[in-house]
Parts: sequence; C-alpha cells; structure tokens
Amino acid sequence: MASIWVLVEQDGDKPTTLGLELLAKARELGEVTALLLGPGSDQVFATLGEHGATSVIHLDTGDRLPSAPVAAVLAERVASDSPDLVLFGQAYNDRDIAGRLAARLGVGLLSNAIDVRLGDDGVETDHEILGGTRIATARTSQAPFIVLVRPKSFVAGSVGGDAPAVEKLDLPDVGSAEARVEGSHIEEREGPQLGEASIVVSGGRGLGSPEAYQLVEDLGKQLKAATGATRAIVDAGWVPYSKQVGQTGKTVKPDVYIACGISGAMQHLVGMKDSKTIIAINKDADAPIFSIADLGVVGDVHKVLPKLIETLQAR
Amino acid sequence: MKVVVCMKQIPDPATPYRLEEGTNWLIRPEEQILDDTDRYGVEMGLQLAQDGDGTVTLVSMGPAGNGQGIRQALAMGADKAILVVDDSLRGSEALTTARVLSAAIQREDFDLVIAGTESTDGYSGVVPQMIAELLGVPALTYATRVETGEGSVKIHRQTLAGYDVVSSDLPALVTVTAGVVEPRYPTFKGIMDAKKKPIEQVTLADLGVERGPEQTVASIVDAAERVSGQKLEDDGEAHLAIVSLLEQRKVI
Repeated sequence: MASIWVLVEQDGDKPTTLGLELLAKARELGEVTALLLGPGSDQVFATLGEHGATSVIHLDTGDRLPSAPVAAVLAERVASDSPDLVLFGQAYNDRDIAGRLAARLGVGLLSNAIDVRLGDDGVETDHEILGGTRIATARTSQAPFIVLVRPKSFVAGSVGGDAPAVEKLDLPDVGSAEARVEGSHIEEREGPQLGEASIVVSGGRGLGSPEAYQLVEDLGKQLKAATGATRAIVDAGWVPYSKQVGQTGKTVKPDVYIACGISGAMQHLVGMKDSKTIIAINKDADAPIFSIADLGVVGDVHKVLPKLIETLQAR
Repeated sequence: MKVVVCMKQIPDPATPYRLEEGTNWLIRPEEQILDDTDRYGVEMGLQLAQDGDGTVTLVSMGPAGNGQGIRQALAMGADKAILVVDDSLRGSEALTTARVLSAAIQREDFDLVIAGTESTDGYSGVVPQMIAELLGVPALTYATRVETGEGSVKIHRQTLAGYDVVSSDLPALVTVTAGVVEPRYPTFKGIMDAKKKPIEQVTLADLGVERGPEQTVASIVDAAERVSGQKLEDDGEAHLAIVSLLEQRKVI
C-alpha cells in the first residue's frame, strides 16, 4: 500500500479544513501519515485519526517560523522513510515548507493541483490553467513527489478511524535560516469567513471608489454573507488582501456569489467560478463575468445595490 | 542596505494567454511587461535602500524580448539588472528557476532579497522559498509591512486570522504582498535614465547551474463550461429579480 504524508496545520483546537480535505484524498491513495504543524492535543490527534490518519508526525515549532526547521527535519525523514507522496495545501505555511523541502531534496514539486493520481511510474496532477477554462495534466516521475493542492479541491469527511500513533520530532538548529515569530495579531473579523460562508458578496473596480465598498459591506450584512474583493481593488488599497478572491487570493464555492462591479478577469474567475449560483451586476454588457452568471444584471451598482439593500431590509 | 529584487517580465495579463502547440508552454511575445506584483517589491527595495550607499539590483530570468518590463523597473529607480537568458531554460519548473535566480543573486553582495509572493503568469508560489533555502537564509513571507534595523529585519506576515510579527537577522529574503507599499510611477527623468542603466545578460553556463527534474504537461483539455443563465438590463426593478432568485435558492 502506498504511503501518503499530509501536512495538516492546527487552528485553535482543531485541524484546518484544508488539512482535513487533504486527508480525505490521501486515504483514497494509501496509508496516511499526518504531519501535524502546531502545538497538538489529544483532541486534535483523535480528529486526525477520525479523518483517516493512522499515524502522526508532530511538528511543534513554538515561536520559531516553521519553514526552515520543518523542511530540514522532513527532508531527513523523507529520505529515510521514502513516502510515495507528500501532500501540502496551497496555503501560507504549506507553500513555505514545501518550497524549502523540495529545494533541499533537489526534487521538483507540483503546485496548484486540483487532483492527484499515483501511478506505477510517477504522479499525475490536474491543474486549472488560463483562468480555469482548461485543465492541464502534469506528470513527473522523479520521487519523492511533492504536490500542493488548492483549497476546496476535495471534501473533508470523518471515517471514524482510531486514535493514531503519535511521534513528536525534535526540530533542528537551522543557523542562519532561523526566524522568530514575536507575536500574533488577530484582526477583528465580523461575520462569516470567506472560505466558509454560504453567501459571498464581492466588489470590483466598477464600484468606482473605496467608499462605495460600503455597499458591498451593507449587502453582506443583510445576507449574513462574507465579503470579498478582486485583486484590482486590493492592489489599489481599497480593502485588505485577506478579502481577495481569485488565483492569488482565496478560492470560494458558496451557494450564492454576488459579483458587484466585477468584470470577470481570469484571475478572479478561478477563485469563484465553482459557486453554485452566481449573480453579477455590471455596467458593461460585454463583461466576461456574464458568461458564467446565472443571473446577470446589466446596470449601475450604485443604483441596483441601494435598492437591493433597502428591499432586503424591509423584509 | 544592498537589496536584490527578483522580478519577472510577463505577457500583458490584459491580453489572452496562448500556449505553444506541442510543448504547451506559454507563448511569450517580444513585448512583455513588469509583473504588476513585482512593482511592490521594487518599491519596497527602493525605500529600504534609501539609506547611505544602498543599491537595488534587479534579478530576472526569461527571454529578454525588447526588455520593456525590466526598463519599467529600472525607470522606477533600480540601479541595474541581471537577466539570465538561455534557450535551454524554456519550460523551466520552479526548482530550476530558483536555482538560476539564487546563483545570480549569489554573484551580488546582498543584505536583503525581495520577491513577490507569486508571479501572475506562472503562480507556483514557491520559488522565493526555494531561493531562500538555496541561499541558506530565512524566508519572511507574505509581508504586509517591512522594517529593517541594524542587521535585522522585521515584518508583518499575513495569516488567515490577521498577521504575525516575524523577525530575523540579515541577510534574509522577504516576499511582499500587493499593498505593502504604494509603487511609484516612473518619472520622465527616470524613464530616460533607465535607458542608460546596465542590463547584464548571463547564461546558464555562466552560472554553472543544472536544470531540475523534468516535468511534462501530459495533456490539456477544456474544462467543463459553465452555462450562463438570464441576463437583463436594469430598468430600475432589476433588484427584484435578484431578491426572487435568492428566495428560490432559499438563502433568504
């Protein structure tokens, strides 16, 4: 049976959803070892077991920036244990660790995958390219295989496995590559989170000004929705990066996505085109967003949104 | 402070990207632009290098084309550029790119390497981390704010919940998010000066770098197309159609 290693990051007292998604795929492919990044707890280990991990390698980095020491210790273990596949998510710490690990091992990695298959002579991964209009299948035959998977590619689910065996690794000194985490700041976040909300309201350059983003916030509040943004208005400094939906931001698949003043650049579509229902409001009748919208309103967001908000308020 | 900024010339994202038949590599036109995400790195580098005898050196890899993208960054104020051009680098994956860039960086005396978090055209999102590993320096990533002190650097590192304050000694590598600083527009003088600034072209052999492992694109197929639904002009009542659809979907 193939041996699959999966990086799972801990968030509070549970594994991240992304980590659990990866476990769901990994257990289809073989026997699963979770590489837990975080302080760990019996509850977290049990959850990893329930989601299919039969063993856990525990990596507790404390106040050290994880990438260098974790990549160093994993490089040793990958060399000695030869797992068939090491899976990461397309996420901050995952990217940092996977990049350093691949460079250390002198192997390539496959990034932004949406599916992964193990064959007799290598690994095959699927990737959305050209704004998600095409699917490219990449193949590599030099082990060990390191693959980074985009969030929401797989569905997390418990299979009721037993508590896994846990091995805690000592992290090595990395000398000049060391960095310290001096503190964590939690930004005040109101309402539902982008990755989990069932409704997402997003704004783009068609809003015309940073002040007009308030319309997106107001509609979001009425619908108990998370609010997002295009890269254009994030780059313009209207809203923080954490709201960015798209290729270089977050991937969302809500029940309803409402795009306000968004033309539909490839970069944005990749992050939201799999929403169940898409509603778009845009002045330009030829905007690409309309080609994927279930309901397209050709109109001015400054006129449509206030009426929509008012109507919802009155209900 | 001696700063090296990694940057990339890319086909204008406003034009449709096309793939070469057979290899499925991205077709790179003669005229490429500075990747928008790199403007933040260049600006950050210029600000940090302001003190005393600071320098900003650009390092890039890929076909030179007419060099417009590199001139854009030089016009912002960078001092010089090193461009690795080699036909055998076509279709390079992330590790080869990182080996090439780190070898080019090592030819320079540097305190800080700055890169964007990922390129707009390839977006593997791991090249800077690989470069840091190859250089043996920390990678302080996804910075929304960067400060340097005596022999040290401190950043605000973007997290899902907010940010972490992360610090290390120099030399180090930092990746910056869009919005970390406001990139300047080149002045007329900057554009004129850029024409005289040196762009050193080096080859793979000059750097003594080996290509990384082969990855091939086995096939490309069309993704399942999403069919569009109703499209209507706003006649002052379009919001009611939205409300009605939200009701149908049972989300209100």
